[in-house]
Order: sequence, then structure tokens, then C-alpha cells
Amino acid sequence: MNFEIPNIIPAIPEITLLSLACLVMVVDLFVEQENRVVTYLLSQLSLLIVFVLTLVSFTAETQLTFSNTFVRDAMSDVLKLGVYISVFIVFLYAKDYLRQRDMFKGEFYVLGLFGVLGMMILISAHNLMTVYLGLELLSLSMYAMVAMQRDSESASEAAMKYFVLGAIASGMLLYGMSMIYGVTGSLDLAEISYKLAAVSDQKLTIFGMVFIIVGIAFKLGAAPFHMWVPDVYHGAPTSVTLYIASAPKIAAFAMLMRLLVDGLLSLQPYWQDILIILAIASMAIGNIVAIAQGNLKRMLAYSAISHIGFLMLGVLTGQQSGFAASMFYALSYALMTLGGFGMIVLLSRKGFEADKLADYKGLNERSPWAAFMMLIFMFSMAGVPPFLGFWAKLSVLKEVVATDSLLWLAIVAVIFSIIGAFYYLRIIKLMYFDKAEDTQPISADIDLKVALSANSLLVLGLGLLPGGLMALCMTAIVH
Amino acid sequence: MFVDWPILSLVIWLPIIGGIAVLATANESRPMQTRVLSMLVAILTFILSIPLYSDFQLGTPVMQFQENTSWIKAFNINYHLGVDGISMPLILLTTFMTVIVVIAGWEVIKFKQAQYMAAFLIMEGLMNGVFAAMDAALFYVFWEAMLIPMFIIIGVWGGANRVYATIKFFLYTFFGSVFMLIALLYLYFKTGSFEILDYHQFKFGLEAQTWIFIAFLVAFAVKVPMWPVHTWLPDAHVEAPTGGSVILAAIMLKLGAYGFLRFSLPITPDASQSLDWLMISLSLIAVVYIGFVALVQQDMKKLIAYSSISHMGFVTLGFFIAWRIYANTGDYNGAVMGIEGGMVQMISHGFISGALFLCVGVMYDRLHSRMIKDYGGVVNTMPVFAGFMVLFAMANTGLPGTSGFVGEFMVILSSFKANFWFAFLAATTLIIGAAYTLWMIKRVIFGDVTNGGVAKLQDINRREFMFLALLAVMVLLFGLWPAPLLEVMDASVANLVTHMTQSKL
Repeated sequence: MNFEIPNIIPAIPEITLLSLACLVMVVDLFVEQENRVVTYLLSQLSLLIVFVLTLVSFTAETQLTFSNTFVRDAMSDVLKLGVYISVFIVFLYAKDYLRQRDMFKGEFYVLGLFGVLGMMILISAHNLMTVYLGLELLSLSMYAMVAMQRDSESASEAAMKYFVLGAIASGMLLYGMSMIYGVTGSLDLAEISYKLAAVSDQKLTIFGMVFIIVGIAFKLGAAPFHMWVPDVYHGAPTSVTLYIASAPKIAAFAMLMRLLVDGLLSLQPYWQDILIILAIASMAIGNIVAIAQGNLKRMLAYSAISHIGFLMLGVLTGQQSGFAASMFYALSYALMTLGGFGMIVLLSRKGFEADKLADYKGLNERSPWAAFMMLIFMFSMAGVPPFLGFWAKLSVLKEVVATDSLLWLAIVAVIFSIIGAFYYLRIIKLMYFDKAEDTQPISADIDLKVALSANSLLVLGLGLLPGGLMALCMTAIVH
Repeated sequence: MFVDWPILSLVIWLPIIGGIAVLATANESRPMQTRVLSMLVAILTFILSIPLYSDFQLGTPVMQFQENTSWIKAFNINYHLGVDGISMPLILLTTFMTVIVVIAGWEVIKFKQAQYMAAFLIMEGLMNGVFAAMDAALFYVFWEAMLIPMFIIIGVWGGANRVYATIKFFLYTFFGSVFMLIALLYLYFKTGSFEILDYHQFKFGLEAQTWIFIAFLVAFAVKVPMWPVHTWLPDAHVEAPTGGSVILAAIMLKLGAYGFLRFSLPITPDASQSLDWLMISLSLIAVVYIGFVALVQQDMKKLIAYSSISHMGFVTLGFFIAWRIYANTGDYNGAVMGIEGGMVQMISHGFISGALFLCVGVMYDRLHSRMIKDYGGVVNTMPVFAGFMVLFAMANTGLPGTSGFVGEFMVILSSFKANFWFAFLAATTLIIGAAYTLWMIKRVIFGDVTNGGVAKLQDINRREFMFLALLAVMVLLFGLWPAPLLEVMDASVANLVTHMTQSKL
């Protein structure tokens, strides 16, 4: 048996991040609590370094390494850049929130960075084992982050639920993977795809595929595997919700692409039907149940479920342009959801979480700019032009309409988006039409205000000029 | 001299940027600064829009003042603007009415004045965008974005039941438009383009046409509004502040009718023809039934709102009788007259309904009531105002010499060529319309002073005189001399009629 040193160049960003995360962990041990900001700055620096590393080595060609278990292509690079940016924003938004609640500890950042590493591996996975490795690294980091606020009952409950349900989903995924392995005798996604095309009796592979889809649907938070989403979003500290709600959606999209498109594309007619059901259920449950929520975090959780339904519309067409549309949706959604939860962080202060709908009453009187930013995020999520969310919806709907037999699905989707518009409008109503109950001025650091303003202007700006991002997603998918 | 300027971009973006500037420079302690800046932006936009009329080339249906740059390459969406004889008058109406609205909101709006003015200016830009867009995706962006400022206007400055009204308004219109979006995406999928003019040439079967026609119908019928999806309008009108009602009645309702002319009729002519019975029936129901509904209203704003629905029924009637006229007479002239009548009615109704809402606003500012029973004998204390209101009321009933007469007369005349009973039913509006309008005038303006509130009324001040006088001039001008309006439309409408009568099957 000969041993070759694998080509590590495609994985340089991952290796660098791993080293930097360990460095942050060690440095954090020697930092006094009053200098904790060093940990924060180091973590942000680590993200910046891997951002630059990925950007300068950006490649359009597909590079395989580590015995073909790891792939680097244009899609992985674009998604990774999206992950870095999201997590960078999360760390930035979360800083003051954590500090006010005595949670400004190194763990948050170290776990966050390991989570990023997990997402990167998941995005670059080219083997069932790598998928699982990345997924577990991400999930375990997130379970721990949710549980970080040890003395909070709701956070512990959320962490427990998340962990138990997450473990079940991982088990499902593994079970499905074992079936696929049993049929094809391979863990390599390209090989699986190649071998499946020749398999005549698809019964067992479909059986395995169903379990894999269950695992993916759980991680995405698609109905009917969405139960954890509202509880975890609500129970976790807002800083952690920010994290869970944004970047992992991008990674989960990558997982969907790697498993179903790279691995099981030959089963597309079968998984299309399943995804249609998941998409409709997600849009229905997400949009309808969100109406009944009195807590903004829960409402945004249900809104996340409905957005996942929309996201799947692009993938289920089985067309490359459809995958690109979904990718555009995932990146746009991450940006919008960061803004939405960022607003909760902005308005919260010590002892006041600002997560009830009533806390938003009369925001326009207290701070017109904050109200306007929230207006941008809400209308964007509702899919009203000229904001980014409209183009995300348009691009997936376009793909569904282009598949002649699925025209009805587009109609179902827009009907749910009308229902969804109602609860976003209610936030606007509270902010603009009601009188303020809370009259305390908004106390937030200038960096949070500037970052959130940039975030909202980006949602507006990309809504006016979405061409660049769309073209990027197209080139990332269509080689 | 202005031809080289990107005039359409200017009339779209100047008010939007001006609105943002108003917001940015807002200072609660210096309201005058906000007002003057808003006024400057509105007047400048109006002046910039004048070359659209003065440099407009008559006799050609070609889009003019075109601007075309690629906007979103990945989807083949272009920033393509242009106007023809159908959209140009509507842009001028928008820029003119915005000036009126800014004057009307001058002292009346005390709460968050900068946001109020900015919302109207931004909305002006977006409405101009709807009329100027030649790319369907661009059209849709403007069409939907417009809901946001209107939602805020009704919700923040509206009456007691404003939240219900504004959410109803938003959801109704949003409901309509998303189906249009699906139709546009379908057309894009079939033609590979978002250009509206490409859709005009695109040939496809009756079944697909019918579905697309229905999708468009849902969007436009809600906006017009046509019976039975009109119920949001009285609510929105009653609760909206005066300026909001004016813009709603004068321009937003015209967007739906414009949509029929730009999308439904030329893109799906065969489906429109096969379903014209439906459109004609809905129009006649609006004209007659809603007219009766208006008769029993106690609230002046509601009365005018129902009168608007009834008058918009005339507009859609004028558009959809074209095929029957063509079938009966075999020439285009009657059809052209019907559509032009509808167009004239749109413009004229913009001035008249706007003026009537402003009149109600003038009274509301003084007595804080819109109820007919709270007034009576207003002529005794406000003679000048009463003169204006009677003039506008007469115009609303279609008195010859006012612009209201021209459109109605043309539509009735052309509907005679289609079917006697259409004309008969349409003509009943002359009686019903006169009944509800004049009865309101009798109860509000004439008679003895009924209560102490009316006895203390002050007549209109210079500001109010100015906007009412401006509108009165317009109403009389187009009533006595509609030729300038008709001649710009002629070529475009004739072109539209040829499109409509050529089967795409």
C-alpha cells in the first residue's frame, strides 16, 4: 500500500480556520474578563483571514482532494464566502448583547468558529462521511451554543430539545446513507451518482433517499420536521438565534445540493415529489402559524420555515438554473434574517429582550431610522419589491413556472406569500400606526447601529441592483 | 431642447430622491423648511414633465422618450422606459396632482409632516415609473413598491379605523398582483423576454390566453376597482387623509385601467374578446348598482368613493365594447372612440374626484366630520367654497362644458354602436349620478344653516383657493376643449385597436 501526501491546497481555508480557532481557544485562556474583547477581535480576524484566503484563491474549476472526499468548486467558494460574512455579522451584532448579559465568554466565539469549520466541511463534502462529519461538527457546536446560558430554563430546554431531535435526525440521515452504501457499495458522491444510474431496481435506493431527505429536512427546518425551530429560536439567547438562523441555512442548502444533486440526481423524479410536499407543508405551516405568534423570535422562526419552503422550490425543479435560484434565495435569506434578528438585538437592553411584538409599538416615534430599517427587512421578507426578498422569490418562482407541469405549485406558493404578508404587515402596523408604550431611548453601540444600517441598505441596494449576486449564483452552479 | 434629457428617469427619480432628502432634512421645529422643499420637488417634477407633452410627436404610436439599459442581465430584465399617447397624459396627471396634494397638506398635516410629504413624493416617482415602464419586471417592481408608501399614508394619517382599512387595501392589491406576476413569468418563460412590446407580438392559444387574461384581470380589477372586488376602496378612502384619498382616486385607480390597455387588451386580445361579455357586465353593474349604493351613503367621502367606482365602470365599459362595435360597424372608428372616451374619463375623473375629495377635506379640517347630516347651508358662510364645490359636483354628474361630460358622452355614444341596452344602462348614470351628487350638494351646501358649527365656518383661504382654482381650470379646460388630450391619444389608441382586432390564434 502506497501512501500519497494529499493535495492540501484546496483545503487551505479549512486548515487555517482550524488552526486559528485553536489559537483563539488558547489565547482566550490567558485573557482576563475585562480584556475579553481580544477574543472577539481575534475571532473576527480569523474570519477575515479565511475570507481573504478563499477570495484570492477563488476558483471556477472543480478540485478534488483527500481521496476525493473533499471538493472545492465555485459553488463551495461562494457559499463559504456567504458563511464567513454571515458569521462575521453575527459576532458583530452579538457583542453588546453578550456583554450586557454576562455571556461575553470565549466559548461563544470558539464554538462559533468551529461551527463555521463544520459548515465549510459540509459545503465542500464529496463523500457521505464528509457530509456527516461536517454536519456533526456544526450541530454539536450549535447545541452547546444554545445551552451556553446555563441558568436560563428556556435556553436549557431549547438545547435539550435541539439535541434530542437533532440526534434523531442524524440517525435517520446515517441510516439512509447506509442504505445507499448498501446499494452502490460506495460513499463517494460522484461514484454513487454514476452507479445509481445503472441500478435497475430503485426500491432500496428510494428507501434510503427518503431517510436522507428526512435528515436534510430536519436540518433545514422544513415542515413537518420543523418542531425544533420555534422552540430553539425562541429559547436560545438572541445572539445564538442570530447564528442558528443565518449561516447554517446556507450550509444546509449546500448539504441538500451535495446529497440530492451531486449524489442522487438520477432519483430526481422521486425526490421532486417529496420536496414538493415538504415545500407546500413548510409554506403552509410557516405562514399560517406565524400569524398566531406574539413573540417576534417565534414569528421569525415560523417565517424561516416558510422561507425554507420557498427555497426548496428552486431545487425541486432539478434544473441548474433552479439550483442557482435556490442558492440566491439562501444567500438573500441569510442577509434578511440577520437583519431581522439584528433588530431584536438593537432594541434589547439589559433585562429587556425586545422580543415581544408589543415592544415594537410606536417605534417610528422613538427612532424613525430603526423603524425604517425594520420596515425594509419586513417588506423584504414579505417579498415586496424593490427589496432583495422579492428577487429571491421571483427567481425561484420563475424556475417553477418554467417547469410546465408545476405551474400550479407557483400559484400555491404565491397564495401562501399573500397569507405571509399579513404578519409582516402587522409589525409595520405596530411600528408606524400605534403609540409607543416603551419610551426608553435606544441604547446601542455605534458599531451595531452602523452595521445594521449597512445590512438594511444592502437589502435595499441589492433589491435595486440584484444582477451581480444573481449572476454570481448562476456562474457558481452552471459551469 | 429637452429631448436629449432622460426626462422619464428624471420624473421617476427626482421625486424619490427629493422625498429621501425631505426625510433626511426633517426638523420638527421647522415645518416650513419641509414644506418648501417638498413643494420645490413637486413643482420641479411637474415642470420637468411638461416637455413630455410639448415635445411629444403626434401621429405615431411608437414609444417616445425611450431609455433602455440592461438592468439584470441574468434574467434579461431591462431598465426600459418609454411613453406613448396612452401613458403620457397619465404621467402629467400624476405630476400635477402631486403638486395639488402637497399644497393641500401644507398646514393640515401636523404629525410627522416630513414623512407625509416624503411618502407622497416617493409615491409620485413610483407611479410615474408604472406608467413609463416598458419592461414587465420593471413595471411590476414599481407597481408593488407603490403599495408601501400608500400603506403608510393611510395607516399613519388616516381616520379612526385606519389600520383595518390599510391592511385590507394592501392585502387586496397584493393578492391581485401576485397572480399578475405568475402571468408575467409565464410570458417570460414563453418568449424569453420581459419586454412588454414583445408580448404584444407574441402569438399563443386561447386557453393560455384565457388564463393569462384572468391573472391580469385579478390584478387590474382589484386596482380599478371593479365590482365585486371593490370593497377595499370605500374603506381606504374613508380612512385615508385627504391627500391619500386624492392620490388614490385620481391616480391609483387609473393604474388598473392603464393595465388593461397596456397588458390585457393587446397581449390577450382573443381571450379579451371571448370574455368581453363578462367585462361589460361587470362594468355595467359597477355603473348602475354602485350608483345606487352611492345614493344612500351618509358619509361624503364614502359617497365620492362609490361614485368613483361607478365612473371607473364607464372606463372599463369603453375599453371592452370595442369588439362588439367592430363586429357591428366593421370599422375601427367606433372602437377608437370608446377607448378614447374611457381614457378621457380617466383623466377627467382624476381631476374631478380629486377636487371633490379636497372639498370634503376643506370641510373636514373645519368641523372634523365627513357626515352629510353635520352640514347644511354651507353656502351661507362659505360662498366661494360653495361655488367650487357645486362646479365639481356638476362636473361629476357630467354637465356639458365640464370634462366629466366629454368622456361619458363618448362612451355612451360608442356603446350605442355596440348594443342599445348597453347604452341605455350606461346612460342611466346621468340620472343616478346627478341624483346622488346633487342630493348631497343640496343637503350640504344649500338650505338654511343647520347648526352652530356651520354658522362659525370661515370661507376658504388663499391656499385652498389656489388648489381648487387650479383644478377648476383643468375641469373646464378639458370640458370646453378636449382636443389637445384627444390628439395625443389618437395614434396610440388606433394602434391598440388594430392589435386588439388581430387574432393571435
